[in-house]
Amino acid sequence: MNMIPPFDVVTFITAPWAEAWESSLWIVVMGFLVNAACGLVGSFLVLRRMALVGDAISHSVLPGIAVAFLLSTSRSSGLMVVGAVGAGLFAVWLIEFIHRNTRVKPDAALGVTFTTLFSIGVILIALYADQVDLDLECVLYGEIGFVYFADSFALLGMEVPIPVLRMAVTLFGLLILVLLFYKEALVTSFDPVLATSVGISARWMHYGLMLSLSVVIVFSFESVGAILVIAMLILPSVTGSLLSDRLAHILMMSGAFSALYALAGLHLATWLNCSPAGAMVVAGFLIFCLAWIFSPRRGLLAQIRKGRGSFTPDVSGKLNPGLGIKN
Amino acid sequence: MSPQAPPPLEIHDLTVAYHKKPVLYGIDLVVPSGQLVGIVGPNGAGKSTLIKAILGLTPPSSGWVRIFGKPYRSNAKRVGYVPQRESVDWDFPVNVMDVVLMGRYGHLGWLKRPGKGDREVAEACLEKVQMLPYARRQISNLSGGQQQRVFLARALAQESDLYLLDEPFAGVDVATESAIVTILGQLRARGKTLMVVHHDLTTARNYFDMLLLLNMRMVDFGPTDEVFTYDKLQATYGGRLTILSQVANSRSQKEENVPLGR
Repeated sequence: MNMIPPFDVVTFITAPWAEAWESSLWIVVMGFLVNAACGLVGSFLVLRRMALVGDAISHSVLPGIAVAFLLSTSRSSGLMVVGAVGAGLFAVWLIEFIHRNTRVKPDAALGVTFTTLFSIGVILIALYADQVDLDLECVLYGEIGFVYFADSFALLGMEVPIPVLRMAVTLFGLLILVLLFYKEALVTSFDPVLATSVGISARWMHYGLMLSLSVVIVFSFESVGAILVIAMLILPSVTGSLLSDRLAHILMMSGAFSALYALAGLHLATWLNCSPAGAMVVAGFLIFCLAWIFSPRRGLLAQIRKGRGSFTPDVSGKLNPGLGIKN
Repeated sequence: MSPQAPPPLEIHDLTVAYHKKPVLYGIDLVVPSGQLVGIVGPNGAGKSTLIKAILGLTPPSSGWVRIFGKPYRSNAKRVGYVPQRESVDWDFPVNVMDVVLMGRYGHLGWLKRPGKGDREVAEACLEKVQMLPYARRQISNLSGGQQQRVFLARALAQESDLYLLDEPFAGVDVATESAIVTILGQLRARGKTLMVVHHDLTTARNYFDMLLLLNMRMVDFGPTDEVFTYDKLQATYGGRLTILSQVANSRSQKEENVPLGR
């Protein structure tokens, strides 16, 4: 039995657009918006060595969503967003609380927190399955494939699905925030002590980032599931950092990569007949590998050409997935 | 300095604790203007904690700190800071100019970007530490000494009156060390006050006008010649006799030589 469908270049390129092109279009647009929003906020997480905090929050919002469902019994209420953002911020607080009051290191405190909150969410959904219109499959993979079939809103003569509209507003808001607070975000990420000493509170910037992160995760999560969110918080900026040394360039590149991931993911998903969200992540990883190999200055090829060998393990002791909590 | 001008730094009965464990007890001192002060003590003596407490980053359990007669927040712009070199990630995606411009942020306020004037100040500061040719270089491609010069340029760009430097001589080359000493001397000549955490007793005596001997408590604070004595150093370092005998040797050697850097 052949598991992988036959590959044909022409079909690979044309299939998503041959039939149901509108559905494909909205999948790509939604994918781009989610990837770009996650990539933008995720860049700052990666810089602060907090990449896994996004993972933690995206799992921790589950009990918040479940409780909000139980209280409101509707899927798109504001209460759900409040519940999820609240659960996300609670997770951030709990990680810090455990770290500060025990001898548990930040990464382990993170592990304790998000697995527990996620499990509570799983139990709540199982207990109240008849009242909660939410299954775990949808939490993990989301339903980006069905974004076209969501309620829509007439805008400029086009029927724009509501989730796409909401994500576009989220991305736009995030862009404005980054433009306004670029200097503050930069200095608090690079040197929080100096930042605080000149009156730019690293603590408040941290909470601001966590709040933005929670909002982005909740809005993305609802339509695309946890896997795409977690991956896209990290992949775009990490790929960008292989190609550039300037934060502003990395941020811009992560936007371009976001579009590329969405498009490549759609084609991959159509070919393999699989979840577009999963396919976008795989496409993202393949592009990461290409950047790794071909990066002009730090790529594998460039290093081999320089004769420095291809693999230099990092033994500088910096492999510490901290949480930006510095004493 | 006119007699009624408030001192650059006044600390009264300062106690600081981490996790309810005191790290600094009852520090009391007044630093006069225009002095180059060395903060000396063994590892874990609370030297960096003292700097952070002065910067208002570590809330004191008791006591207070005044900068030019006011709480830190009111006079934050008058304080420049050089952190320990290892305290930041040198793979961070910024170049030398970006880092030095961060020294201007305190003067800018929220939402404002550094402008042309700030760039000119930053360039002048890079020139002073002989790092202007490296302005566009990514910071991971710098040697330890060059990284320290960049941090010093950033502090210069803060255009402050009181400077706090945490181990600026740690792990730097000889050329950088003497460049830093020269710049500290120039700043003092312009009436600035400098507090420098320093771990090398063999040079401490020549570099500083005043010394603060610290080991959780303040052992002594005063002009270097009065403070740098065997008894007081022993009180600071306890039984670490290897260090002390090194110091005693260097002291006897230095006595024969003309002091450097003055």
